[in-house]
Amino acid sequence: MGFYIVQILTGLSNASALFLVACGLSLIFGVTRIVNFAHGSFYMVGAYAAYAFIALLPHGVFFFWIGVLGAALAVGLLGAAVETSLLRRLYHAPELFLLVATFGIVLILQDLTRWLFGAEDLLGPRAPGLTGSVDIMGSLIPQYDLALIVIAPLILAGIWLLLHRTRWGVLVRAATEDREMVGALGVNQATLYTAVFFLGSFLAGLGGAVQLPKGGADLLMDMNVVAAAFVVVVVGGMGSITGAYLAAVIIGELSSFGILVLPQSTLVMMFLVMAVVLVIRPYGLFGRAEAPEQISGAVSVSLLQPASQRLRILGLVLLLAIVLLPAVADAFQLVLMTEIALVSLASMSLYFMMGPGGMLSFGHAAFFGGGAYAAALMVHYFQSPMALAIGLAPLLTGLLALVIGWFCVRLSGVYMAMLTLAFAQICWSIVFQWGGFTGGDDGILSIWPADWASGKVVFYYLTMIICIGGILALRYLIFAPFGYTMRACRDSALRAESIGINLRNHQWLAFAIAGGFAGLAGGIYVFSKGSVFPDAMAIPRSFDFLLMVLLGGVNTVFGPIVGSAAFIWLHDKISRIDFWQFILGCIFIVLVVAFPHGIAGYVNRRFGRYFVNQNY
Amino acid sequence: MLQVDSINTFYGKAQILFDLSLEVDQGEVVALLGRNGAGKSTTFKSIIGMVTPQSGCITFNGKEIHRLPPHKSCVLGLGYVPEDRRIFSRLTILENLEVGKQPVRRGRVPWTPERLFELFPNLGEKPDQYGGNLSGGEQQMLTIARTLMGNPPMIILDEPSEGLAPVIVELLAKTIGKLKVEGVSVLLAEHNWNFAKTVCHRAYIVQQGRICHESEIGELSRETYEKYLAI
Ligand SMILES: Nc1ncnc2c1ncn2[C@@H]1O[C@H](COP(=O)(O)OP(=O)(O)OP(=O)(O)O)[C@@H](O)[C@H]1O
Ligand SMILES: [Mg+2]
Repeated sequence: MGFYIVQILTGLSNASALFLVACGLSLIFGVTRIVNFAHGSFYMVGAYAAYAFIALLPHGVFFFWIGVLGAALAVGLLGAAVETSLLRRLYHAPELFLLVATFGIVLILQDLTRWLFGAEDLLGPRAPGLTGSVDIMGSLIPQYDLALIVIAPLILAGIWLLLHRTRWGVLVRAATEDREMVGALGVNQATLYTAVFFLGSFLAGLGGAVQLPKGGADLLMDMNVVAAAFVVVVVGGMGSITGAYLAAVIIGELSSFGILVLPQSTLVMMFLVMAVVLVIRPYGLFGRAEAPEQISGAVSVSLLQPASQRLRILGLVLLLAIVLLPAVADAFQLVLMTEIALVSLASMSLYFMMGPGGMLSFGHAAFFGGGAYAAALMVHYFQSPMALAIGLAPLLTGLLALVIGWFCVRLSGVYMAMLTLAFAQICWSIVFQWGGFTGGDDGILSIWPADWASGKVVFYYLTMIICIGGILALRYLIFAPFGYTMRACRDSALRAESIGINLRNHQWLAFAIAGGFAGLAGGIYVFSKGSVFPDAMAIPRSFDFLLMVLLGGVNTVFGPIVGSAAFIWLHDKISRIDFWQFILGCIFIVLVVAFPHGIAGYVNRRFGRYFVNQNY
Repeated sequence: MLQVDSINTFYGKAQILFDLSLEVDQGEVVALLGRNGAGKSTTFKSIIGMVTPQSGCITFNGKEIHRLPPHKSCVLGLGYVPEDRRIFSRLTILENLEVGKQPVRRGRVPWTPERLFELFPNLGEKPDQYGGNLSGGEQQMLTIARTLMGNPPMIILDEPSEGLAPVIVELLAKTIGKLKVEGVSVLLAEHNWNFAKTVCHRAYIVQQGRICHESEIGELSRETYEKYLAI
């Protein structure tokens, strides 16, 4: 009995930090509509800052909590600084672009923290006065856990009062509904945004600081918590603080009891709960349906035009260059080109669903990695020939995408994106935790191309044929009736339905096609690398694809290719430098500020007239 | 008080307003009449700063405002009531009013929820009702009341009588009469001829983004009105 009570209490204490982070994320999203990937980094910085402050301050109960509060305050100020110095410049840009900027901040904070504190995990200091344990019917629970259990509801109550009993809170709630109107009523939105960013970041920092004695600080905290916080926000209902608390408790209890039942499956369970909740209540436990425009208008709309004569000639020249490249390039450059081609195909497939399809995905790596694993497993277990493995990979991932897509197309906008993230995370956890079948963390090794394709140049040509073929096929689909229907569904769901298009089925199909092509890219990827590891389908990989598409620009068909090439090239150039993530983060931010329509979008605007169809 | 001087406004590449000029004096009630899509709402959005005119000039009490964001125009004293009402559905009536509140201006009796509830008794009966649960007429009153909370010396109403029952339109006319007495200037867009006739001093007619007629309301004949507005 005591044992179960302790488990329940542990679950509640697990929920505390998560709730604080999710609460801040939800506030920031509600008012500014920014999906702040950097929120997890604020949490991490909160933990490290608390570590530093507590070490600096004298020992004692009072100073411990001063250290915790000081860390939260510092993170709050950091958030406000990020908002005023960077994000504010980007509010006029397409919303998705802010994602790239916040991701740049993730990279920068990651490396700054590593630079300041080193790469080793830090053990949290114990909270003075709360170092003992309490005996509950024969089972022990740390006193600090009990303190955590109290903190979350207190903060919940405080935030609730702030939002419902102060003028500022009323303005925040009003802005969550209609920011422009709040401005027309005389409220300076910029100040409001900064204040909300301060509060949200403060909460994230507080979350990191209070869990320090329990979990310590490490450099993986940012991504781990941000995925969990997304889940909490989405399960609870975007914008609902009470919902976030409830969802955090559910997730906390799940991880507390899950460890007892299936120790390897806690991650999978968390995301399964999310999937189940979203299927039953698409807008979360306490969420309300929003006008679809408000959340899905993310991808900015512009007319796609088929390529003109001049553009086709440019394409041919490029093709010729690709054909002739092996004559002049060394082996290393060929490998780099192979990678660019693979990744271009994968990000083109993401573009296919994001641009014309209007479906945002944070989890596209599930299909890329899925294809890679499908091919690798077939070779590993059935010694299947390369051609068969590459041929079946897209079919298998297409099936996977059919399953995942069935759930996802029920939602739209950010909700849909979060669900894709959740499914990708489920796939990743399965691969990661089912070591007996997939090799787990050690991956699957020795997957080499068939003899006939093992020469560098032959493999290069093979990859190019498949990838360019895939890209052209996707491009063809975009300009075929299928693509027009997709865009019709994106631009006006109602109207598309009224002329007899089954919106959901069409989106579902598009989703599956995108997944299949990503799987094709993954299939070749294994053979080019010779091995595959779970990180092929991890969150950072999904974000990479997203970044490539966004950096390239969502308004041009060639955006993803330009974005992929730029991304891989950059990565190759700087990844040997220490603290390269810092540099990459800065580059992202500069790119976003300089080219708010993506690189290809910029080229298109600047030189587009030259390539416009004359006889169009 | 308000001068709009040949503004040209675009949405993207589409030009909506062409050299549009108009003027509202202190204490005047002016109507902007025009068909659907003529550019009335766009004119209002240009004035309060939700869109920025590409050229031309707008001054309010001698200050140039055409490049100001909406919240600055509002603080200068321009109240705006949008055509689609845009009340905050998850806020109560009192909270909606709170959002509109501005520091008291010198020289006039400030609007308070109590005074507004005298004007709109329907709202006063249930101050804690959520905006989303109000009827269309109540929402229209609330959106006007909300703007009045800012004590604006001038108020812009976009199609206030749209979709309202005759009783409520009368109440609205009464409210505008009351504003007149208080010396508040009003610029409003209208379709309803009788309503415009009763409350306004002067009228402009816009057609395809241009002002094509201007006169005292008394001199505006039913025929002219129908010539420009009948469909
Ligand atoms: N956001 C927008 N983007 C592009 N065009 C717009 C936008 N808003 C309005 N328009 C166009 O501008 C023109 C003028 O619209 P506006 O809303 O100003 O008309 P209105 O006179 O207020 O009409 P109504 O009586 O129907 O309210 C219309 O042709 C409309 O299609
Ligand atoms: Mg209008």
